[in-house]
Amino acid sequence: MLRLEGVSHAYDGNPVLHGVDLELREHRIGVIGANGSGKSTLARTLNGLVLPDAGRVWLGEWNTHRHARHIRRRVGFVFSDAANQIIMPTVAEDVEVGLRPLKLGREETARRVDGILERYGLAAHRDHPAHLLSGGQRQMLALASVLATEPEVLVCDEPTTLLDRRNTRMVHRVLDTLEQQVVLFTHDLDLLAGFDRVLVVDGGRVVHDGSPEDSVAFYTRLMDATPATPHDPDPVAGPAAEPGSTPDPAPEPGGRR
Amino acid sequence: MSAVGLYVPGTGPLHRVPAGPKLLALLVTGVALVAAAHLWISVAALAAAVAVYPVAGLSLRHAFRVVRVLWPFLLGIAVFQTLMGEWTEAVRLCAQLGALVLLANAVTLTTRVSAMLDLFQRLARPLRHVGVDPDRVGLVLALTVRSIPMVGQAWRAAREGYLARGMSGRPHLLVVPVIVQLLRMAEATGEALVARGMDEGEREA
Amino acid sequence: MPVQRTTDVRYRGLTARDLALIAVFAALIAALSMFVAIPIPFSPVPITLQTLGVMLAGALIGWKRGTLAVAVLLALGFAGLPLFAGGRGGLAVLVGPSGGMVLGWLLGALVIGALTELMLRNGRYRFWKGAAINVLGGMVVIYAVGVPWMAVVLGDGALASLMAVAVYLPGDLAKAVIAALIAATVHRAYPIPPAGRPVISAEEDRA
Repeated sequence: MLRLEGVSHAYDGNPVLHGVDLELREHRIGVIGANGSGKSTLARTLNGLVLPDAGRVWLGEWNTHRHARHIRRRVGFVFSDAANQIIMPTVAEDVEVGLRPLKLGREETARRVDGILERYGLAAHRDHPAHLLSGGQRQMLALASVLATEPEVLVCDEPTTLLDRRNTRMVHRVLDTLEQQVVLFTHDLDLLAGFDRVLVVDGGRVVHDGSPEDSVAFYTRLMDATPATPHDPDPVAGPAAEPGSTPDPAPEPGGRR
Repeated sequence: MSAVGLYVPGTGPLHRVPAGPKLLALLVTGVALVAAAHLWISVAALAAAVAVYPVAGLSLRHAFRVVRVLWPFLLGIAVFQTLMGEWTEAVRLCAQLGALVLLANAVTLTTRVSAMLDLFQRLARPLRHVGVDPDRVGLVLALTVRSIPMVGQAWRAAREGYLARGMSGRPHLLVVPVIVQLLRMAEATGEALVARGMDEGEREA
Repeated sequence: MPVQRTTDVRYRGLTARDLALIAVFAALIAALSMFVAIPIPFSPVPITLQTLGVMLAGALIGWKRGTLAVAVLLALGFAGLPLFAGGRGGLAVLVGPSGGMVLGWLLGALVIGALTELMLRNGRYRFWKGAAINVLGGMVVIYAVGVPWMAVVLGDGALASLMAVAVYLPGDLAKAVIAALIAATVHRAYPIPPAGRPVISAEEDRA
C-alpha cells in the first residue's frame, strides 16, 4: 500500500505540495485538480520520479528516498504523452526493454511480449516504429509496456488528455479490467465513475476526499468559484510542474560565465 | 540577439571600433605574421597583443585564460623545435601563436555577438545569388540559441520516461529517445513557424 | 522515357521544418560540447562530444541540413558564444591550432550526409557502412583540412600530424562507431523525411 507522510515539495522556491498525508488502500483511486494544483507533482512522488523535499512516500516498508528503484518497478507510471516513455525504436522492442530487468530468460520474455501485444491489439504493429503509431495506439503501447512488467500499482498522469473519445474509452476499458490498484490523475471526470475514492487537490493540498459523486461536485464548485480571467497567473505552475511541456525561460548560453 | 556570450562590456578604444575593421586588422596581422616568419616581429607582436588588454580595458586574466588552453601545443612546439636544434624557431612559433590567439580573443571580447553576427551576415550577402535568404538565416540563428536549452529539456523528458519505467544502469538507452524528442520538437517548431506566418516554408530557397 | 520521368520525385529548397531541424542539430552539437566535458589529465581542453554531434548531423539530417547546422554553430561560436569544447568560443578558436579542424567540420558533415543519403536511398542504414562513412567524413576529411592548418600554426607538418594522432584520433574513432550505432537506431525509430519539398521533375522541365 502507498502511504504519504507529510509530503512537501517546492520547485526553485515555489512550493507545490504542502504536507500531504495519505493512505492509498482502495482499488480504484482518482485524483482531480486544476492545472498547477500540484497534481502532476503528487503523481510523480508516488514512484520516486520526484523525491519530496520533506516527508516520505512509502510502499510497504520501502520509501522512495531510499528504494526508488524498487518502488519504480512495482509502481508503474503512464504519462499523458506516451512518446515520453517510449525508449526503443519498434513496438515489440519497447515492450521487451521493460522486461529485461526482470531477467525472465529469452523464451519467457518473448512469450510475454507476444501475449501483451496480442492483448492490447498491437500484434499487427510489432515491428512498426513506435513513434509512428497513432496517438491512441501509442498510449496503448505505453500501457502495454508498463503492464508487461506486472506492477502492483499503476499511476496514470492524465493518460487520456491527448486522446479522442474512442481512444479514451479504450484506455478506460483497459484500466477497468486491471486487477492492480490504479491511481488515476485526470481532468476527465467521466473516467471516475465507479471509482472507490476520489481526491481533490488544490494549492498543493488534498482539499476533499470522498466518493466520486461527492468529489466531482466539490471540484466543480471549486472551479466555478474562481473567475476565469486570462490574466490570472498560475502561482504554482513552474516549468518543472509539467515536465516537457513548458518551454524553458529565455536561453542564456552566455550566462555561464 | 539577447545572448551576451564572451563579450565584456566596456568603453575602451577597442570597443568603439566597429566589428568589420577589427576583423580585417586581425586577418592582415595573421597573414603578415605567418608570411614574415621573423623572430623579432613575432615577439614584438606578442608584446603588443598583451599590451592591447590593459589598453582596451580588459583584465589580464582574460589573456591568461585563453593562452592557458594552448599549453600542450606550446609545449609540443618547444620540445619539437628544440630537439631539431632550432630553439629560436620555437620562440618564434610560440610567440606567433600566442599573439594571434590573444588578438583574436581581444576582438571577440570587445565586440557584441550581435554586431559580429551582423558582420557575418553582411559578408555572406553574395550568397544571396545562390539562393540564401538573409531573413531565414537570421531566423535559424535565433532558433538555434533558443534550441540549446531544448536539448536539456529533451534529456529530462526522456530520462523521466526511462526512470518511470523502472530502468536503471543502462544510460545508453537514453541517447536515442533524446534525439527522437529533439526531432519531435523540431517538427513542432516547424509547424509553429508556418502557423504563425514566420516562415512560409514554401519559398524557393 | 518521359513517362518514367514523372515518377522521379526530387526534393528542392528547405521547409520551415528543415530550418527547425538545422537549429536543433546546431544546438545539439553545442550542447554536446558545453555540457558533456570529460577532463583529461595534462590537457586544458576536455574530451567533448562535438565531433559526435557533427557526425550525427550528417548521418541523421543529410548533407544539406547537416552542413548548414554546422555552419550555424560556427557562426554563433566565432561570433563569441561559448559553444566550443569546454565553453570556449570566439575567434581565438579559429586562429588557434584546432581552427582547421573546426572549419573541417563543414566538409565532414557534408561528406557524411551525402554518403549516408546515398546509402539510405539504396536501402536501409547499415551499421558498418555507416561507421565507415563516419570515419571517412568525420576523420579523413576533417583531418585533411585540420592537419595542414595545424602544421602552419605549429610550424611543422610532422608535429601537427603527431598531435592530431595523439589528441584526436582515439576519441574520433570511438565517436565514429558510436555515431553509426545511434544513427542506425534513430533511422529505425523515427524516419526523418528528406530536406525540402518534393518536386516532380517533369514539372520542372516545363517550368
